[in-house]
Amino acid sequence: MSSIYLAPVRFSNLTLLNLIKNNLIRIFNKAEIKTIDLEIDPQFAKSVERNQYHSTKILAEAMKKTDPFDGKVILLADFDLFVPVFTFVYGEAQLNGKHSIVSISRLHEEIYTGITDEALLLQRSLKEILHEFGHNLGLLHCKDWNCVMHSSGRIEEVDIKGDFYCKTCQKDANIDQLQA
Amino acid sequence: MMTTKAKILVVDDEQIVRESLQHWFEEDDYQVETAHDGEDALRKFEKGKFDLILLDMKMPGISGLDLLTKIKEFDTEVILILITAFASVPSAIKALKDGAYDYITKPIDPDELSHIVENALKQRMLKKENEQLKDQLDEIIRPDNLIGESPSMLKIFTLINTVAPTDTTAIIRGESGTGKELIAKAIHINSRRKYFPIITVNCGALAESILESELFGHEKGAFTGAHFKRKGKFEMANGGTIFLDEIGTISPKMQVELLRVIESKQFSRVGGNEVIYSDFRVIAATNENLEEAVKQGRFREDLYYRLNVFTLFVPPLRDRLEDIPILANHFLAKFANSMNKKITAISDEALDFLIRYNWPGNVRELENAIERAVVVTRTDTIQIEDLPFQINNPANPFNNDDRSLAALEKRHIAITLNNLNWNISRSAEALGIDRVTLYNKINKYGLQRKS
Repeated sequence: MSSIYLAPVRFSNLTLLNLIKNNLIRIFNKAEIKTIDLEIDPQFAKSVERNQYHSTKILAEAMKKTDPFDGKVILLADFDLFVPVFTFVYGEAQLNGKHSIVSISRLHEEIYTGITDEALLLQRSLKEILHEFGHNLGLLHCKDWNCVMHSSGRIEEVDIKGDFYCKTCQKDANIDQLQA
Repeated sequence: MMTTKAKILVVDDEQIVRESLQHWFEEDDYQVETAHDGEDALRKFEKGKFDLILLDMKMPGISGLDLLTKIKEFDTEVILILITAFASVPSAIKALKDGAYDYITKPIDPDELSHIVENALKQRMLKKENEQLKDQLDEIIRPDNLIGESPSMLKIFTLINTVAPTDTTAIIRGESGTGKELIAKAIHINSRRKYFPIITVNCGALAESILESELFGHEKGAFTGAHFKRKGKFEMANGGTIFLDEIGTISPKMQVELLRVIESKQFSRVGGNEVIYSDFRVIAATNENLEEAVKQGRFREDLYYRLNVFTLFVPPLRDRLEDIPILANHFLAKFANSMNKKITAISDEALDFLIRYNWPGNVRELENAIERAVVVTRTDTIQIEDLPFQINNPANPFNNDDRSLAALEKRHIAITLNNLNWNISRSAEALGIDRVTLYNKINKYGLQRKS
C-alpha cells in the first residue's frame, strides 16, 4: 500500500488539517494517509526583506529528514512562500519526486473579500495539495480547465479549475492505484 | 495550439533564478535550456533554435541589452523577454524599442509571466501560420497561363518584375488574345497590393452611361433602375489594382472623367455628392494603335501620356513560335485533367501544323483549339484531324510565306475534300470542276486522305 505523509510545518489550523486528511483518505482510499511532524522550524528560510519563506529551502530541509520514508511527503504551511525570482508561490513540488509543499496563506477568502469562508479554504487547499502531489507523480500542467493540474497564478484561477485530475492525467499518473 | 513543444532559453547569472524558471517552465511542458551569461547564451543560441529567450538585463560580461542586439542580428523572429529590476525599467523600455517583445520586473508575478509567455508564443505561431497561408495564396493565384520561354516573353517577365513593385501606371499593348489580362494579374500579384483585389473592367463591352456607373458606382435613385446604392469599380479596387481593358474604345467624355480620377484618386458616385477617396493602381490595356487614335483626335493626348508611363508590348503568338509547343502541352494537360481524359501527347504532325499556323487569335485561339482537340480526340494523342483549322479557318493561310495561287488552290481543294469526307463526285461538283480534273489536282498537289 502506498503512503502519503502530511507534514504540517508551523501549521496552526488543526481543524483544517484534520479535514484535509479526511478528504485525502476519502479521495485516495487505497493509500495510507499519515500525519507526521518533521520538526522543521521554517525561520531559517525566512526572507526578512520580503517577509516570506523560501519554499525550496524548506523542501531541501524536509528531504534530509525523510530519506527512509517510503511514499510521498506533502508539507503544509500557513505562511507565505516564495522562490527568489517570483513574487510568491502557492506551493512547490519536485517533478517526479517525493516532496512537495503547499501554503494556505493566500487561499483565505478574507484577503480578497474580507469574508471568512472555511469551506472555500478547504476546497482551495485540497486543489493545491492535489496539484503539487500531481507534480510528484510526474504530471505537468494540463490545458483542461476542469483538471486540477491546470496552472493557476491567481486565486480566481484556483477557483475556476477543477477539483480533481482529468481522465488523461489520471491515466498518466496511475491514479487508480490509489483508489479502490 | 502549439503542435510541438516550444523551446525556451533562460539567461540569468543567478543559479537560483535559472533553476526556478526552468522548473516553472518545465511544469508548463516547455523545453527549457539555461545559460549563465551572455557568452554561454550565444553559444547555446548558435547550437539550437529557440522560440523564446528570457533574458536578465543585468549580467556580468555582455549585458542583456547587448545580447539582445546580437541575437536579433541572427534571428529576427525569436521572442525576447527581458527580466529587469524595478529600478532599470527605463532601460527595459529602450530594449523594447530595440526589438524586445516585453519586459517583466523582478520578482516576477508568476501569473504575469505565464500570460506574457503564452501570448507571445501564440502571436508568433499566428504570424508563422499567416506567412504560410500567404505563401499558399501566392501559389494559388499565380496566373498559370502566362507561359513562354521565347526571348520576347522573357523580356515581358523582366518588365513585369520591374514594374510590379512600383505604383506606376502601366499600359499593356498587344493583339487580341495575347494574354494582356494575365500580364495585368501578374503585375498585381507581384506588387504590394496583392492581398487586395484586382478589379477588371472591360471598357469596350459597356455603353458610356453604364461604364460611368460601373466605374464610379451610383446612389439609389440616380437613374431609372437604380434601386440600390452600388459601389463602383474604383471604390472596389481600394488598396488593389484596377485593370481597364480596351481603354482605346472609351468615349471622349469618359476619357476626361478617367483622367481626373486617375490623377486625383477622388470621385463621386453617379447621383451623389459625397467625395470618395480610393487608393488604386491603374493598369490599362488596348489592342488599338493609340498614337494613331491621338493623331485622329479620338483619344485625348493628356490621357495617353498619363497612361503611357510604362508600356509592355505583348508579342503576337506568330512572333514567338518557340512557345507554341510549351503552350500547347500546357493547355493539353489542363484540359485533359479538367475533362478527366487520358490524353498525353500531341502528334509530331499536329504540332508541326500548330507551329506553321498563323494564329490571328493568338494564345486564346490556341487554347480553344487544344480544348476542342481534347474533346474530339479518341486516342491518347492529339492528331492533326482533331484540330479545327481545316474546317473553321479557310481564309487563313497555312503558311504566311507562301502566298501563291497554287498554294491557295491546294489548300482550298484539301479543305473541300475534308469537308465532304473525300467524296470525289461531290467535291468536284462543289469546286465546279469535273472528277478527272480533281484527280489530276489531287495527284499534282500530293493530297492524301488522313486515316
